Amino acid sequence: MIAQRKIENRVATLTAPAEMPTGAKMLIQALVHEGVDRIFGYPGGAVLHIYDELWRARDRITHYLVRHEQGAVHMAEGYARATGRVGVVLVTSGPGATNAVTGIANAYMDSTPIVVITGQVPKHLIGTDAFQEVDTVGITRPCVKHNYLVREARDLPAIVREAFHLARSGRPGPVVIDIPKDVSAARSNYSRLDHVSFPFSTPLSRVDDDLAREAVRQIVNAKRPVLYVGGGIVNSGAVDSLLSFAELLRLPVTPTLMGLGGFPSSHPLCLGMLGMHGTYAANMAVAESDLLVALGVRFDDRVTGKLATFAPHARVIHVDIDPANIGKNVTPTLALTGDVRQVLDQFLSLVQSQSKERLASWWDQIRQWQLSQPLRFSGSQNQIKPQTVIRELHRLTNGEALVTTDVGQHQMWVAQFYPFRRPRQLITSGGLGTMGFGLPAAIGAQLALPNQLVVAVVGDGGFQMTNQELATAVQYDLPVKVLIMNNGYLGMVRQWQEMFYDRTYSEVDISVAPDFVKLAEAYGVAGFRVERPAELREVMEAALKHKGVAVVDVVVEKEENVFPIVPAGADARAMITQA
Amino acid sequence: MQDFQRHTLSIIVADEPGELSRIVGLFSARGFNIETISVGESLDPRWSRVTIVTRGDERTIQQIVKQCERLARVREVQDVTTRPHIEREMALITVSAKAGDERQEVLSLVSVFRAKVVDISHTQLIVEASGNKEKVDTFIELLRPIGVTDITRTGHIAINRLSARAEANAA
Repeated sequence: MIAQRKIENRVATLTAPAEMPTGAKMLIQALVHEGVDRIFGYPGGAVLHIYDELWRARDRITHYLVRHEQGAVHMAEGYARATGRVGVVLVTSGPGATNAVTGIANAYMDSTPIVVITGQVPKHLIGTDAFQEVDTVGITRPCVKHNYLVREARDLPAIVREAFHLARSGRPGPVVIDIPKDVSAARSNYSRLDHVSFPFSTPLSRVDDDLAREAVRQIVNAKRPVLYVGGGIVNSGAVDSLLSFAELLRLPVTPTLMGLGGFPSSHPLCLGMLGMHGTYAANMAVAESDLLVALGVRFDDRVTGKLATFAPHARVIHVDIDPANIGKNVTPTLALTGDVRQVLDQFLSLVQSQSKERLASWWDQIRQWQLSQPLRFSGSQNQIKPQTVIRELHRLTNGEALVTTDVGQHQMWVAQFYPFRRPRQLITSGGLGTMGFGLPAAIGAQLALPNQLVVAVVGDGGFQMTNQELATAVQYDLPVKVLIMNNGYLGMVRQWQEMFYDRTYSEVDISVAPDFVKLAEAYGVAGFRVERPAELREVMEAALKHKGVAVVDVVVEKEENVFPIVPAGADARAMITQA
Repeated sequence: MQDFQRHTLSIIVADEPGELSRIVGLFSARGFNIETISVGESLDPRWSRVTIVTRGDERTIQQIVKQCERLARVREVQDVTTRPHIEREMALITVSAKAGDERQEVLSLVSVFRAKVVDISHTQLIVEASGNKEKVDTFIELLRPIGVTDITRTGHIAINRLSARAEANAA
């Protein structure tokens, strides 16, 4: 065995003269070939060869050095979601890879195309509990579309090519490429692989015309139809098609959290978000609907509540690109597996505009729900209401800001009180619900869109999970604005404890916190604080106008709750609309 | 509890390291139980055929099939149970049986079940049996009172009947 290995090694050296590129160089060439010009990353032992090549290629690929690997992945996600392009991350083995896992899982849940390159210990050390060794492929397997452990440098170009294809095709998602250190050092031939085929992928076929015709027939004949639209609208670029289709038939539209911006929130046909913290009108419309048209959604439990009583009177038409989403939680009466934009265009080719009277009584009913229970909150003279902060943000930014968030109360207030008008305007952690997502995602988005005002709305809890990325924002001059909704609590958990656990506030007090203004200043960025309602507008305006990075510590009412709320696992009609 | 039927899934997956654990991981991550699993080369040696026996209601099985199909290196997933099919399993059973009546009893069962004696000592025999699950189960049950000391089973392999495949091709 050992003798054989020696021979193989000799053969390898004979066929790999010094002028052949190393695995590291092939990787960089393959990335350039994919159009990559930016990488978010953090170096370490196992990726030293790659970083060495990256330095040589710095005129073609700019590397952004983060302060924690989780931040790198969220930045790549922010970049990908702001542009629709594939975000790229480079981290080292072991802790580098494990720190990246939260971001990878986040991208998986929210269908975000990213490619994460991880270093690995040299092949001969794999499985020996070597320094900074983890089974990255094993750890990430359940939260990637696919992953690779690269065994030979010559495989790298084809793997990179396929990884990018997988990340952006179908339902987008993360792909991990794990590269042992000796593979990035080994020399081999680089081939450009312009015509590499993907033997394992089957292209998505067009939805059968008869099926589309039947769907349209049902939609046109429905008396109480609702369009329930999600992230698939954004990912497939179906925004214009959706708008045309909804307007043509005057159909009510309710977006999910991931679908916000996929249909203009202020449009008269828009009922606002549905689900746990959705509007009364949206949830009632779904509950009373006779036809739910689900477009690019996955019937998440935060949308459906109790499945048995979700949309109880409705037939369901489900359009999604991922066949595994169809029938997973709700069995549709009509299933259309396909790209939602293509399907909507098929629909559009099959319908004529309808008489305005057709859905008149349904719209009357919906308007009544909207009027009887609009989104609302009680004002206060001495305390800043978090909802006011979001409304003020909307006003001061003319509704044009790109907003990122973490997860929790502030996220729901953003979803409720900042009417998004275009896709990719809200970048939030939907499926995984990741605290600490907002700031790095904002940095990634800002990098993609340098002239765009980017605001990270975060809680005081989440901010402290990734606030070190302020240094990254400073280093690369990315003037994001951070709005901390500071209530000294883990607000959403506190709200649940108040409502469902008898006000037992178990471990949610985080009022021992750094002085966020001083913290901002320590990073060399502008810090603002506002505690009184009367000063809110002025301080926010100053912060938003500030040229560089700005952090605003908005001290808000401590025990404000998000309403409406449908208790977890309950029927939408059990919605609590007011304290 | 809904009707939990036994289903045999036949999965064609690229013969690459780690692919089997991707499939198995999918089952465990979603709480699907695997009753038996067997893996071997298929017609094209670049592809393996994985045969998994699992239980679940229609929705669960459909979900398993779709999740498996979503894997990048899986080419095809079939629920062979939905059409006429042949299932086979092999077992190697160690039985304690001294020369005399006990051994004669084992040998007569071996003959009835068309099994084979593959090893023998003064006190024990190893018998090889194959067939569908029910046949192998019954054989083992009948041997048990005599003294079964070890069992190793291959898990199921399955294939659709030719008639069912012709039907599928025509459709």
